[in-house]
Amino acid sequence: MIEFINISKSYGDVSVIEGLNLHIARGEFVVMIGASGSGKSTVLKMINRLEPHDGGKILFNNEEIYKFKIRDLRLRMGYAIQSVGLFPHWTVERNIATVPHMLGWDKPKISQRVTELLELFQLDPALYRTRYPHQLSGGQQQRIGVARALAADPDVLLMDEPFGALDPSTRAALQQEIKRVHQASGKTIVLVTHDIEEALLLATKIVVLDEGRVVQADTPLNILAQPANDFVVDFVGRSDIGIKLLSLQQAQHLARAEPALPGPSLPAHTSLREAVSMMAMQQMSCINVQDASGTHAGVLHVSDIFDKHAAHGKVAAQTTAMAQP
Amino acid sequence: MRLGLQFNPVGAVLSLAAVVAVAAMPFLRVAANRMVSGEPVYLWSLLQSPAATLSTLLAALLLALLMSVAFKPTRAVLWLQLGVASISMVLLLAVAGTYASHVAATQSAYARTSLGGAWWVLMVALWLLAQDALRNLNLGLRLRTGLLAAVVLLVGWMLGSGWCNDLSIMKEYANRSDTFATAAMQHMLIVLLAMVPTLLIGVPLGWWMHKVRATQQSLFPVLNVIQTIPSIALFGLLMAPLAWLAAVFPALAQAGISGVGMAPGVIALTLYALLPVVRGTLAGLEQVPSSVVNAARGMGMSATQVFTRVELPLALPVLLGGVRTATVSAVGLASVTALIGAGGLGAIMFEGLFSSAQDLVLLGVLPIVALSVLTDTFFKVLVKLAQPAHNTQPNTMPNTTPNTAQSKPPGAAAL
Repeated sequence: MIEFINISKSYGDVSVIEGLNLHIARGEFVVMIGASGSGKSTVLKMINRLEPHDGGKILFNNEEIYKFKIRDLRLRMGYAIQSVGLFPHWTVERNIATVPHMLGWDKPKISQRVTELLELFQLDPALYRTRYPHQLSGGQQQRIGVARALAADPDVLLMDEPFGALDPSTRAALQQEIKRVHQASGKTIVLVTHDIEEALLLATKIVVLDEGRVVQADTPLNILAQPANDFVVDFVGRSDIGIKLLSLQQAQHLARAEPALPGPSLPAHTSLREAVSMMAMQQMSCINVQDASGTHAGVLHVSDIFDKHAAHGKVAAQTTAMAQP
Repeated sequence: MRLGLQFNPVGAVLSLAAVVAVAAMPFLRVAANRMVSGEPVYLWSLLQSPAATLSTLLAALLLALLMSVAFKPTRAVLWLQLGVASISMVLLLAVAGTYASHVAATQSAYARTSLGGAWWVLMVALWLLAQDALRNLNLGLRLRTGLLAAVVLLVGWMLGSGWCNDLSIMKEYANRSDTFATAAMQHMLIVLLAMVPTLLIGVPLGWWMHKVRATQQSLFPVLNVIQTIPSIALFGLLMAPLAWLAAVFPALAQAGISGVGMAPGVIALTLYALLPVVRGTLAGLEQVPSSVVNAARGMGMSATQVFTRVELPLALPVLLGGVRTATVSAVGLASVTALIGAGGLGAIMFEGLFSSAQDLVLLGVLPIVALSVLTDTFFKVLVKLAQPAHNTQPNTMPNTTPNTAQSKPPGAAAL
């Protein structure tokens, strides 16, 4: 869908991006992560030509992005940014309708699309469509920002630290929502963040950038399990890499097919991190796992989590499972 | 409702000024003809004149007002002050007009009744007091504009009904009623002719200076220097080149361009008005959040669309503030263009100055002041209208969120 081929860029003598190659497939949720100045935001803005590149080629649907008219290119790519950038003089409805309006959709179609999107983000259309941005909380503004980016059903959604300015609980809620939107719509999403937790939670592919170079591009599990070098280890957090690994795996994949024990049950998709926390709190070494319908699905043993030999085969299976959500 | 005493500094200063003026300065002056300065007539002596009823009423209202400023400014007190001050202003005009009619009826036809120092000080003090009350009442724009319109209509009616026809200034008006309207129209035309090119040049210039920052450093000094040139000197500077242009291109001369008259006046006003308009445009554009502009670009708007749909609407209130400053000062400056033969109300003013006829000067100056006040109000209304809805609508529901409940981890419910 998007392909960076040997991209470079410099400001004067200072080179910010060097020999960058990256492939983003349709339907992927790619999270670009790196410290400030790593060039992650610049790379994102190259995709919709907000930042020009000096060398190399960027392909969008197998065509050079400079072959497109800049307007057409941008209309096909939703764009959401950290400071939201809602138009303060327009209502929520008019804001969301920005791109459909430019594409010349008719009124009923726009109105219907606004309703759909507000519902997608759990905002009551009757209540919110006539509001002005200043009448919304930060989290609501950011939802509208993302809804606006999705309005014309773009091929790609570009997000530049969209949740950076939100408080932790609102951020967590929005992360869940965007994850749900990605799974439901199958959109290709490219998101930039400096928050490794966010990257691990959302990405199907994490791209670690440092000084304008791709250090590692891989699934979250592989980034944690097989970090390419010390930089990646430090970046993802050397001390709690193991805990983070646990949070990427679900209880159901390690559960043994055993009859139910007396005591509480965990939902099948609970992460191992939560399961360990639960077991530590309840002072248990094994716990029941049940599936979405509430039927017993096995028993999770703490020894399987911490014993490499017992769990090894299952983690490998898990790796492939995580790559295709 | 309790009436508490409270020191009101604005009211105290205005009251003091009014008391001193009434005691020390004549309310009216009666002269044998328009050239001599006349005998003083004090406010208290009017209490036993044919204008006794009106002047007693005026005195009583002024006393009431004087006392009211000592009270705590509750809304009732403020409304009372606003009402009494407005009626008093009308009465000031009525008392002067009535007394002037009495003078006209009893003395020679050349006798003139002019407004004295106390009259003017009272008028200004009442105006300021009313403004202060109005400001503290914090009324909506519509109501304020309505009140101003009512005052304008009332004064217009009083002048039109002939009540004040025997005042000296109205006699001057009667002598020039044919040229007065032309002069007033001419004045407005000069301002209009100057403001159109100012906007056509100033707004794009402000936009350019916003886009290309480097231009600010070279253009602002130029605009600032223009402001420092005295207007008369600027007229002088423009005369020679314009006269030359008119001589070389007869078509221009036929279109009315010459070294004197409207052309240099309009050009000078345009040059003066450029700075506030450019500054307003620039300031307006600068305060548009860059994130909003970035988002607009990122969503595929062209440069023109970003400007017309996002930047201009958001910059408009500040931009119009600049246009307001420029236009109000142009109304004042346009009076000086009379010196180079551009006409306008300034011509009447200068005629009065050169023939030392005080009231003729006033006949020129007062309409200019009125025009400035009206222009100012007009632009205030315009700025208010340009304010996007997001600034005027009260924030009804800031933070009701039926939608953050999704954040619970999936396992929480089952445990």
